[in-house]
Amino acid sequence: MITPTLLLATLPFKAPEPGGFHAPGPDIFELPPLWEGAPTWLTKPTLLAMFSAVLLVVLFWGAFGNPKIVPRGLQNIGEIGYMFVREQVGRPFLGKDTDRFMPLLVSIFFMVLVWNLMGVIPFIQFPVASHIAFPIVLAVSVYLLRIVLGMKIQGPIGFFKNMMFPPGVPKAVYILLAPIEFLSNLILAPATHALRLFANMFAGHMILAFFSAVGFYFIFEDFGLLGLPVGVLGTVMTILMTALEIFIQFLQAFLFAMLAAMYIGNALHAEH
Amino acid sequence: MQVLAEVSGNITAIAYGVATLGPGIGVGMIFGQGVQAIARQPEAYNLIRQNMLLGFVLVEALALIGLVAPFIFSAL
Repeated sequence: MITPTLLLATLPFKAPEPGGFHAPGPDIFELPPLWEGAPTWLTKPTLLAMFSAVLLVVLFWGAFGNPKIVPRGLQNIGEIGYMFVREQVGRPFLGKDTDRFMPLLVSIFFMVLVWNLMGVIPFIQFPVASHIAFPIVLAVSVYLLRIVLGMKIQGPIGFFKNMMFPPGVPKAVYILLAPIEFLSNLILAPATHALRLFANMFAGHMILAFFSAVGFYFIFEDFGLLGLPVGVLGTVMTILMTALEIFIQFLQAFLFAMLAAMYIGNALHAEH
Repeated sequence: MQVLAEVSGNITAIAYGVATLGPGIGVGMIFGQGVQAIARQPEAYNLIRQNMLLGFVLVEALALIGLVAPFIFSAL
């Protein structure tokens, strides 16, 4: 009679690790260079970032390279995406200036979306933005654009005055308000802009890695009375969490583009 | 000094658990009241959702600062 344990012994799985189950830690994000002797920067995330850029160029070239008045095929999808960004991200914050910034907003939204979706595509399964360098580059670009635009349109002094001394507040409150506004606009806003994307992708990838490790370990390596239900639970949770993760990835791409539009909008017209 | 109680291991996990309490309540209130507002004024959906997401983003920032604080202060 063939028991499950005997069957598993013939499969090329490694023996159970001594000391039982080990949850995956942050070291799953430290990836070696792609091959022996490759430059140290050429790791999986950089390769995926380049692949995402090429993929987006190909997709949008296919959609808008030769536009027709009556859209067909890929152009339909491209137009839905463009309309979504214009109506939901651009218009509420930029108003009549939306069209000037659409190329930037569409690029940011779809770049971040494809980066994030890399985290759930089978066999790729690594969200690019879970390495903080990538969100930092995007956030710093938006931050610089915001400061340069704000100083150009509102004037160097007017920009800081509008930012730190919003009108309609009793004079004495400015003692408290000005430092808080300065801190939140110039330091916390760009920091959380990058951190939000990074932290969500980092945590999401860890959750998926944890549940799939539970599923694999308790079904294949520690097959017992108690192991099987836990393993099945882990596998089911992996599937459910992947669905949640897809939603969060879309939401984070949307929020990143939305905040970029909001910061640019703040630079264009001071709050009243 | 006699030690009465001791915590060993990585206590940053506990700290982050505490740090999520406030943002958790905040996110719940924002979306709960946002859904209520949409149910009362379905035609104002776009305006409500936009402000709901803005509030969500600000509240979530606190949880994010809580997440990175252990990494920042571990060097001190």
